[in-house]
Amino acid sequence: MNGGPLLEVSGLCVDYGAGPGAVHAVVDADLVLHRGEVLGLAGESGSGKSTLAYAVTRLLRAPGMITGGAVSYHREPGQVVDLLAAGEAELRVLRWSQISVVMQSAMNALNPVLSIGSQLTDVLRAHRPDMGKAERRARAAQLLTMVGISADRLGSYQHELSGGMRQRVMIAMALALEPQIVIMDEPTTALDVVTQREILEELTALRERLDFAVLFITHDLSLLVEIADSIAVMYAGRLVERAGAGALLRAPRHPYSLGLLSSFPALHGPRQHLTGIAGSPPDLRQLPSGCVFHPRCSYAMDRCLTQAPQLLPLAESDAAGPQRAAACWLHDGSATAPPELSAPSLAGSQP
Amino acid sequence: MAIGSSTHLGAAQAADDGPIPAGAARGGRSRLRLPSSPKVLIGLGLLIVFLILAVIGQWIAPYNPARTFSTTASFPLPPSAAHLLGTTQQQQDVLSQLLAGGRSTVLVAFVAGLVATALSIVVGVTAGYVGGLADDLLSMLANFFLVMPALPLLIVIFGFLPQSQGGDDLLIGLIIAITGWAWGARVLRAQTLSLRRRDYVDSARIVGERGWRIIGFEILPNLIPIVASSFLFTVLYGVGTYTALAFLGLVNPNHLSWGGMLFYAQVAGAEQSGYWWLFIPPGLAVALLGTSLALLNFGIDEFINPRLRAAGLTRRRARRAGMAGAARLPRRFVLGVTPVVSGQSTQTGRAR
Amino acid sequence: MYVISRRIGFYILTAIAAVTVDFFIPRVMPGNPVSAVLAKMQGAVITKQTMAALRVEFGSNTREGLWGQYVHYWGDILHGNLGISTSNGMVPVTTVIRGALPWTLGLVGTATVLSFILGTLLGVLVAWKRGSWLDTLLPATTFFQAAPYFFLAFLAIDLFAIKLGWFPAGSARSTLDFPALDWTYVSDVLDHAILPALTIVVASAAGWIVGMRNVMITTMDEDYVLIAQAKGLPKSRVIWYAARNAILPSISGFSLAIGFVVSGALLTEIVFSYPGLGFILLNAVQEADYALLQGIFLVITMAVLVANLAADFVYVFLDPRTRQEA
Repeated sequence: MNGGPLLEVSGLCVDYGAGPGAVHAVVDADLVLHRGEVLGLAGESGSGKSTLAYAVTRLLRAPGMITGGAVSYHREPGQVVDLLAAGEAELRVLRWSQISVVMQSAMNALNPVLSIGSQLTDVLRAHRPDMGKAERRARAAQLLTMVGISADRLGSYQHELSGGMRQRVMIAMALALEPQIVIMDEPTTALDVVTQREILEELTALRERLDFAVLFITHDLSLLVEIADSIAVMYAGRLVERAGAGALLRAPRHPYSLGLLSSFPALHGPRQHLTGIAGSPPDLRQLPSGCVFHPRCSYAMDRCLTQAPQLLPLAESDAAGPQRAAACWLHDGSATAPPELSAPSLAGSQP
Repeated sequence: MAIGSSTHLGAAQAADDGPIPAGAARGGRSRLRLPSSPKVLIGLGLLIVFLILAVIGQWIAPYNPARTFSTTASFPLPPSAAHLLGTTQQQQDVLSQLLAGGRSTVLVAFVAGLVATALSIVVGVTAGYVGGLADDLLSMLANFFLVMPALPLLIVIFGFLPQSQGGDDLLIGLIIAITGWAWGARVLRAQTLSLRRRDYVDSARIVGERGWRIIGFEILPNLIPIVASSFLFTVLYGVGTYTALAFLGLVNPNHLSWGGMLFYAQVAGAEQSGYWWLFIPPGLAVALLGTSLALLNFGIDEFINPRLRAAGLTRRRARRAGMAGAARLPRRFVLGVTPVVSGQSTQTGRAR
Repeated sequence: MYVISRRIGFYILTAIAAVTVDFFIPRVMPGNPVSAVLAKMQGAVITKQTMAALRVEFGSNTREGLWGQYVHYWGDILHGNLGISTSNGMVPVTTVIRGALPWTLGLVGTATVLSFILGTLLGVLVAWKRGSWLDTLLPATTFFQAAPYFFLAFLAIDLFAIKLGWFPAGSARSTLDFPALDWTYVSDVLDHAILPALTIVVASAAGWIVGMRNVMITTMDEDYVLIAQAKGLPKSRVIWYAARNAILPSISGFSLAIGFVVSGALLTEIVFSYPGLGFILLNAVQEADYALLQGIFLVITMAVLVANLAADFVYVFLDPRTRQEA
């Protein structure tokens, strides 16, 4: 997008468990997050999107483990850190100061027995040893006001705040060290739509101020309409499509993306028939052969039952937009894609 | 008697947060997969040995435990060919006493366990299911018994009890049960409360199933692991308490039990004079019986809360599973540092 | 505050119930306590006053009805009159108890607290280092949990006092010492206290270790602990995030286990001939000194209630969620 690459994930494979019973939660994932970009990671529950995000930061819980691939963090242009090879000490330094996390449920992510203020200042104490106690407190107060919470709530506990306020505290916490990347794992799923809107507006304003990149994980594509620059769609642990947000939403290339888009109605425009996607998400332990989506795909060809498609770069390109890619045999040049999957994507435009 | 078993805190946590044993979440009956870790098997094995001993002990004892032998010796004799575990001060065979004394201890403990568990189920499940005033009153009753220090109360009761009654195993078990039901009741109440809120119970109620049927078919089956754990715990408590009471001489001394043997050991000044065969065999027997119960309890705890089972992936496990990159794994899983094991994925992908 | 006042109310009710139980036991038991006392006192000179005193103690004095006796009993207690100890030369029960209480408080109190702290810390360690060799210690703890306190006491005496001769085998102090606040006296007391304290600690710590470990493991799975790691906080702080939460069930477990630990500690006292409440309790039973028995029971119960209340205070202090107004 506008900046150079910030986080590069190539061929990432993540398993839960070992041996023959292992579940392949993420298979061969390729992603690039650019500086200042909002990359949306979309997919159903169980598609592997959260697993991918946590694995990238090595925060995945047992029995998850990374079984292949590479993750490079471009701290500065030219200064690359291999996150998979980093040791505990190196990760500790990088974490939060470069990459921070906002989780879905602030109620579970905030420590119930420590005050909000103490949870804000302990990051400062760990990463900015030269800051004094008063300085830290001032900074914590500043962070709260930045997300629209009064500074006198520093001494409050998380059970004394509303759901929306808790989420804002999480965001404030995540920005405490002004990181380059904030990973947001379904940050608004647990909130009502009104609060959701407020949080998203807050987020946009903060991005304007601090210019950090966001990896925004959600199952709700309609959200990504609002804030994403590019979108990656995941299905059964695999990336099936990557495109600029506008391009994806106007002109999807993968049948799954098309299905997702047809699953939520537009508020305006003519009434449409809601189609959804037939079938249900696959059991990761018993995946279909060939293309994992083929049982639910209305465009499946014979080839799809035996050969799994790779994420192929598409010939077309948005001049200023990111390289499009889709994992579908319809687009490898040997077949002709139906019109709904080959609509023209306007170059470089954003919704 | 050191009691602070994992059931205390593990179950308390589990009961408050409401995780249900595997299988119950599906609604209705749960299929019991019995735990089979070495801990459980050893515990079970030991317990069975003791149970068998309780029944046949008297018959396999070499001598009559009450029979006195020579009249010349006035102090306990060390182990010899004739008396494998030596003799008491009254020249009775220690081994025979040990074998025969098990019955009383086991019997009292199990009676106490059964009665206490039955009481705790009645009180706990009723309080949890019915709620309201009944719950408040029953909870207060349970809390009262919980806070009251058991042994001093029992000492007072048995102190006032005439000697003749002090030899009845059933009565003793009953009295001990009265002090030991409260913990189980509390845990069962908490679990019933959380189960009651589950959808399948609600739907049963809406459909019109009667209260006791709901309790019997929907709630009780899911409480089985906790009831089992509570039972074992109470039996453990019974063993310790009965032994303590007998040791203090509060139980009819003519009634043979391991605690009684320890009482006589104390009277003979065993520890001061080094008559180890008087106190080590009965003490060890009590300890091992208790250990078997505690081990079983451990296993049940792990069953109730699967997270307690030995942690995920360690290097040893990976090697056993035949993983290629096992050597590169850290020795054990560290929170916050997802391990990277390359070369495992069998998916088609580009070359690394 | 609502929570605390509710708890205090409960404890007061319990105290009342304990006194009532204490009152009723000798009257409810089969047999005549007075004749039982007399039977055990054979050989001693029994004066008319003793007989009268005994009758009043146990309600054979039927001039007052049952309710009257109950009220009378309460009056006595609130005036600090717990009766006369027949086995200690007819001195007031309160005197006997007052002599023994400091020893028990010192030994049992310190050992219990030490055991809790040690057990909790070890529990955190075992949970944190999960999958390491420490896990093999866990089954061993079941043995110590199951072994009776007094058996461990026996072993301790046999091993450390008799065979190795490191510590004295009993009593709180050598009989030749006069109580004085000088080093000889204090060191003597400590010398005598180490084995019994060690026994209590070893016997009860096992429970705390396993309990705390289990709670810690469940807590370490919480999101906020993962966030603590994600924040790049030092290891000690991450452990603190978890332990600070895990300690809460431990403390409520402590309140409940106090009764058991105290019972076990009393037994240990007996084996070590430590002149605390346990020792005189046993004496009271053997001498059929019912008044003393009742008095000790009351004192022990009150002490446990107070300890419970203290633990409740600590819990409320540590858990901000309880401070919400109900």
